[in-house]
Amino acid sequence: MSQIIKVGMADLKVCKSPDGVTTLGLGSCVGIALRDPVTKIGGLAHIMLPDSTVIRNNSNIPKFADTGIDALVKQIVAAGANRGRLVAKIAGGARMFAFSNNSDMTGVGDRNVEAVKRKLQQLRIPILAEDTGKNYGRTVVFYPETGDFIIRSVGKSETVI
Amino acid sequence: MDKELNLETMSAEYVDVLKELGNIGAGNAMTALAQLLNCKVDMKVPQVRLLEFKDVGALIGGEEQIMAGIYLAVEGDITGSIMFLLGKESARHLVNKLMGMDIAGEEFGEMEMSALMEIGNIITGAYLNSLASITNLKIFPSVPSLCVDMAGAILSVPAIEFGTLGDKILLIQSQFMDEIKLDGYFIMVPDIESYAKILSSLGMA
Repeated sequence: MSQIIKVGMADLKVCKSPDGVTTLGLGSCVGIALRDPVTKIGGLAHIMLPDSTVIRNNSNIPKFADTGIDALVKQIVAAGANRGRLVAKIAGGARMFAFSNNSDMTGVGDRNVEAVKRKLQQLRIPILAEDTGKNYGRTVVFYPETGDFIIRSVGKSETVI
Repeated sequence: MDKELNLETMSAEYVDVLKELGNIGAGNAMTALAQLLNCKVDMKVPQVRLLEFKDVGALIGGEEQIMAGIYLAVEGDITGSIMFLLGKESARHLVNKLMGMDIAGEEFGEMEMSALMEIGNIITGAYLNSLASITNLKIFPSVPSLCVDMAGAILSVPAIEFGTLGDKILLIQSQFMDEIKLDGYFIMVPDIESYAKILSSLGMA
């Protein structure tokens, strides 16, 4: 019997087939799903901020795109995945509120997505699919067995990327 | 006051002051709501909590619970933002009451969104006014923005702002009743310098 492991805000979890991993109500945060398609070991990180180096209180590793992705890769590899085979799918980074001014506050979703892409590129982990930006929340479920990344939003039909 | 203010290490005394401000603000907001709806609104003593990010969703009934969030930026002597969150049923009830309608649908139309925005505007305005008069600081709210979506997604916005300060979020839960029980939440996010200004204006620092 497979189970679904829950990832909270500023959190990450490793997951092995047939289990799945989920995070609920992603807004401006970004969910990063990684997977080794051969061993079917994967994981999901739910990051909140783009860059740990510009924040003073940066001890919470899964909170940031840079440190969070590093930690997720490390844990997935420690669980038996091959580092070179890892592939990624990402979702989230929405702009939940429309403001005319104060771009710092509204643009954090975009900056999170950019930071995640930059980090994955540095690590040479290809992004196979993404559902990012726009103005609505997303609940995601990831299955390392198939690599399916299921996305649910309010008032929209479920999609699989 | 130390610029390296951190919500984790903030003294209990400071937290109490912030809680009390939240209490007073929520009380004023409810009075404004009662005037707007022209009815008696009873409220419970607001619960003020400093919560870990991961526990916030559970408190307000789950990350996927659909809620209405009204969010606005604050400028003037202090800067930051404030959010008022309302459960979907509570939002529906207030909109119907304000507009003299009786609709039970799932979706909010344009008119209803606009009514909801106005409710949020008045509630947050009253909240900020009371904060301004206690602290004697100038506080100007921006035009509000409204979003109806999953609680987790809405909360990610103030959570991210708190995220630059620490790993906790200051949540003021105010439960109020007219004919039915309504649940509302305030989330106030002053930036780091503003905490110091608020506290020193009250003779705390």
